[in-house]
Amino acid sequence: MTALSLNQRAALLSVILLIVGLCIWEVTIPAQQAAGELTEYERLTGGGTPKAGVPPPSKVIEKAWEQLSDPFYDAGPNDKGIGIQIGYSIYRVLSGYLLAALLAIPLGFLIGMSTIAYKALNPFIQVLRPISPLAWMPLALFIIQDSEQSAIFVIFICSIWPMLINTAFGVAGVRKDWVNVARTHELGSLRTAFIVILPAAAPTIVTGMRISIGIAWLVIVAAEMLVGGTGIGYYVWNEWNNLDLTSVIFSILMIGVVGMALDAMFGVLQRYVAYSE
Amino acid sequence: MTHPYLSVEQLTQRYPNGSGGEMTVFENASFGVEKGEFVVIIGHSGCGKSTIMSILAGLAESTEGVVIMDGAEVSGPSLDRGVVFQNYSLLPWLTTLKNVTFAVEARHPNWSKDQVLEHSKKHLEMVGLNGDVFNRKPSQLSGGMRQRVSIARAFAISPKLLLLDEPFGALDALTRGSIQDELLKVWAGTDQTVFMITHDIDEAILLADRILLMTNGPYARVAESVYITIPRPRNRTEIVEHPNYYAIRNHLVQFLGKRSKELAGPTGLVENRPETVHFDNTATIAKTKKSSVAV
Ligand SMILES: Nc1ncnc2c1ncn2[C@@H]1O[C@H](COP(=O)(O)OP(=O)(O)OP(=O)(O)O)[C@@H](O)[C@H]1O
Ligand SMILES: [Mg+2]
Repeated sequence: MTALSLNQRAALLSVILLIVGLCIWEVTIPAQQAAGELTEYERLTGGGTPKAGVPPPSKVIEKAWEQLSDPFYDAGPNDKGIGIQIGYSIYRVLSGYLLAALLAIPLGFLIGMSTIAYKALNPFIQVLRPISPLAWMPLALFIIQDSEQSAIFVIFICSIWPMLINTAFGVAGVRKDWVNVARTHELGSLRTAFIVILPAAAPTIVTGMRISIGIAWLVIVAAEMLVGGTGIGYYVWNEWNNLDLTSVIFSILMIGVVGMALDAMFGVLQRYVAYSE
Repeated sequence: MTHPYLSVEQLTQRYPNGSGGEMTVFENASFGVEKGEFVVIIGHSGCGKSTIMSILAGLAESTEGVVIMDGAEVSGPSLDRGVVFQNYSLLPWLTTLKNVTFAVEARHPNWSKDQVLEHSKKHLEMVGLNGDVFNRKPSQLSGGMRQRVSIARAFAISPKLLLLDEPFGALDALTRGSIQDELLKVWAGTDQTVFMITHDIDEAILLADRILLMTNGPYARVAESVYITIPRPRNRTEIVEHPNYYAIRNHLVQFLGKRSKELAGPTGLVENRPETVHFDNTATIAKTKKSSVAV
């Protein structure tokens, strides 16, 4: 008898679930088409042709193989490899995100350290935070006059809040005893910030950064559907317009995989800054 | 009258009591500590010991009164006054060694890295910690080890005044004993002044030159100052045989059990100085002689 560890058993179960899921999907697709019962809408739109139907997983895997074996080809504005499209999206997310971090973390520090700054800025934060980032889009397009930069701006505006709030919260919540350790050792404000406050608040700050990158990745897809041109969001929309559902499903999966990778990076960072008391 | 090295003058602390009024923790408390003296303060929970210590450290401000150390008024924390807090005085994200080196760097900003390292290691070794714990985080140390690290750090910056707030409160009797011995050993080699809070009478008698006794709060005050008339070096098994030991111990137990309550409440005086209590049974062992002199 081989005793499998909990993790091994869980992994095995995941694989089984995946295979069963894919099989059910694969089997149900042809059955649907064999029934031949087309709705009014499908008849009118010429539905029922293989292109418009939901593709079976074998088609998606075939597509994935084809795309991933040459991810960086560039054959004109509407025909670029998946790698290039994802590259554009990541570039926008990271630009907007880094700008947001550059502003949110120092500002959060200030708000966390000073009650007056907190009280003065809090009303603005409370009003601005619940605004859907996409609601900024028209204003951004009008003011910035550039779709690329507008998308970056939308990422900036949506990533800023979790980082700002978590930084302020983390900094304000630093245990008084630790601050007193800094005070009794006459550490200056800069050294206090780097030796005590920043490491103490780091887990909370990184949690905010992790939430932000997740939101940014959610928002970029929607933003790119709106601004068009390049990026994974545009790619999904474009393939939908082409009624190429195989590509749509494939790119949805890619969005998930990239989002997971971004999140995992912050997971590593989080483990690095964690401390136990 | 010459001022003692550390002089607490008419210290009053009031806090808002939560229902609009005021709560007086202690009022017009005055006492002095001589240079190099080891003073322990004892009193019931809530009487204001930690508050006094925070004021001495410069971490808190008193409502009224001043603290004068070495001729200068205490205002704000300083490296001259090292503090060992009851809890959390180590930074959990730094290793044992770094918890000491950052303090040494702050004390001696122009020392080289090697000097800082060597000095820090020396003090960690002095409290019985060696190489294999240097790179561990505080969470990976036992309670006793953590307390040793804070004591090592406090001594490494050689403060003129060392403030200890129940430093051994969380330790078992055995560890307590060994760290007490280490503390005495380290202190004996310096001219540092120590001001320590404890709830443990035996610990106080073993360590102190003098014990300050506080009445219960509110309106607490330092009512008595008891000299521990037992010569050093002291040893926990031998001091019990000293003729003064039981007289002192009984006096402390009596105070905490009864008189701290009887003496409680406001005195209305502009200055509350402790009464000095001095036991000396060494000459006439049969008869307990107690002399009370107001200073
Ligand atoms: N920041 C504060 N605001 C209001 N009241 C306070 C504050 N700090 C302390 N007190 C009150 O002052 C009194 C003395 O507190 P302190 O911590 O000095 O007691 P203590 O003698 O150290 O007690 P223990 O032995 O339990 O540590 C207590 O009644 C406490 O409730
Ligand atoms: Mg206390």
